[in-house]
Amino acid sequence: MTLLDVQDLSVAFVRRGEAAVRAVDGVSFTVDAGQVVGLVGESGCGKSVTSLAIMGLLPRRGVELGGKAVFDGTDLFGLAPRDMRDVRGKDVAMIFQDPLSSLNPVIPIGLQVTEVLKRHRGMKGDAAGREAADLLDRVGIPDPKRRLKEYPHQLSGGMRQRALIAMAVACRPRLLIADEPTTALDVTIQAQILELLKDLVHEFGTALIMITHDLGVVAGMCDTVNVLYSGRIIETAARRPLFAAPLHPYTHGLLGSIPRLDALESEPLTPIRGSVRDALPWASGCAFQPRCDRPVEACVGAPPELDATFTGHEYRCVNPVRHSND
Amino acid sequence: MLRFIVRRLLQLVPTMFGLSLLLFVWLHRLPGGPETSILGERATEERRAQIRESLGLDQPLYVQYGRFMRKLIQFDFGDSIQTGRSVTTEFLQRFPATVELTVVGLTIAIGLGIPLGYLAARRRGGFLDSAAVGGSLIGICIPIFFLAYLLKLVFAVQLHWFPSSGRQDELLDATRVTGFFVLDGILTQEWDASWDALMHLILPGIALASVPLAIIVRITRASVLEVLSEDYVRTAEAKGLTEQTVRSRHVLRNALLPVATTVGLAVGGLLSGAVLTETVFAFGGIGSFLKDAIEFRDYPVLMGFIMMIALVYVLVNLAVDVSYSLIDPRVRVR
Repeated sequence: MTLLDVQDLSVAFVRRGEAAVRAVDGVSFTVDAGQVVGLVGESGCGKSVTSLAIMGLLPRRGVELGGKAVFDGTDLFGLAPRDMRDVRGKDVAMIFQDPLSSLNPVIPIGLQVTEVLKRHRGMKGDAAGREAADLLDRVGIPDPKRRLKEYPHQLSGGMRQRALIAMAVACRPRLLIADEPTTALDVTIQAQILELLKDLVHEFGTALIMITHDLGVVAGMCDTVNVLYSGRIIETAARRPLFAAPLHPYTHGLLGSIPRLDALESEPLTPIRGSVRDALPWASGCAFQPRCDRPVEACVGAPPELDATFTGHEYRCVNPVRHSND
Repeated sequence: MLRFIVRRLLQLVPTMFGLSLLLFVWLHRLPGGPETSILGERATEERRAQIRESLGLDQPLYVQYGRFMRKLIQFDFGDSIQTGRSVTTEFLQRFPATVELTVVGLTIAIGLGIPLGYLAARRRGGFLDSAAVGGSLIGICIPIFFLAYLLKLVFAVQLHWFPSSGRQDELLDATRVTGFFVLDGILTQEWDASWDALMHLILPGIALASVPLAIIVRITRASVLEVLSEDYVRTAEAKGLTEQTVRSRHVLRNALLPVATTVGLAVGGLLSGAVLTETVFAFGGIGSFLKDAIEFRDYPVLMGFIMMIALVYVLVNLAVDVSYSLIDPRVRVR
């Protein structure tokens, strides 16, 4: 069953006297109930903006929002701000990237958890406190009663992220959006946090949109993957086919640039040349063309359409990577 | 925390000692002396010497300072040359007036400044924002004595909305308890006395509030703008909290930290006497008395008042530091 259907989402930042910046340009994807969907791409590809748009957290001024985000039958973009506040934190919740700056430094952890419970589950004083302690316990924070009284700066990085997760899952949301939840953490802690997210998603039957630039995270968690480049989805597939046979040269390059433990020490990493800034505007062709290893004449001129194989593997490329064992 | 406070209080001793030394030398080096104020310009040299001798001013400076310090250890600042009464009595009699004025001035500055600064930030670039920013510029620029006279002219002399000077109508013959006239009226249930004292406070209060108000508007605005872009505000929004909760719990509380520092400094400044405002409104606080004392070269009053003002200033700043650590757990001192 489709829980969230994002249709032709576009976000442009407009400033008086300057050309509009298209951060997201016609992105469509769906999330089924209980499914883990990855949004993958490098910095500036529009993955965070997509999540903020779904959450209704983009500033109202200076932003042009287009398309639809249908959540369980209602278009979230059509909701009044007041009604959106009832959805946020209750049905759709979000976990942010940097746990230290995402927690209010002058308020105890306890209040930051209970305020969600009070707002959406109508809980009162003691009951909310007990539930908050249970939540901290559930996300693996030891001695939760004491931690509730502490401030963010007194917690370790991993514990702060656990606390943020506790706040996000406090109301058993049906959709959870995690925006690079492990980027600010040590590698060992990263693995623990991902395990925790996996457990919670499984336990609560929550759907998860995992926003990341880390293909390792994708491989470990996601059911389907959407690869973004310069504000558009350039490849969508289930996890296995994507990793086994990426069709878009960009995805192919990303997978190729992962350091391998079995590679020889002398073997250099294979990066994708250039940077995201060397993008062609979509209107005049494929944005990835300037960095692509397989450019053909048809790349420039008109934007490439999204094609699909008979297995439903979608790609936006006129000269996709061929795999010999196809 | 207690250790911090005790340490700060102990630091007061050398500070006050240094201040007294500096002040003593500096004041006595000023040209002129009380004998001129008492006798006038045309007195004979003999008479002058006589007066100087009777006040002990003919002695070498270190002897005078030693005498001053001996008394000070017993918390005695000596007697005023002008009035002949003890400096401490003069101070305690006038300080309540200054405190009342400070309270009213600050209430206006904070009560208006924080909401204005907040709204200006929320409607950044809008009319209210421009008005608040422009208005605060005027508030900082306009000389306080000019504003005081203007207020007096318009609202007291022409419109008769407020009394033009003094602390209370003499004819009321109000009972004195604490020296705080508004409070006295409440304690003795002489409501008209309380009301009258309050009315006398409005105009000088506004004049006094102008500069701190302008600064508070600016700092609140800048600080709210900064906090609004913080990640934790976005987290609060992501939780779907009501607008009021986001505003009061997550935005204002953090935004007010720098404002607290400003207010603390303003309290210290205001308590040390608003010389200009008190003079224009003939408000019998320490400011106007201090001004007279400077003209008169009333050394004991100058020494005593300035040192007590310094003490108040330091204590207020200590209180600000302590309160700051109460608001922000990250700077909690051990």
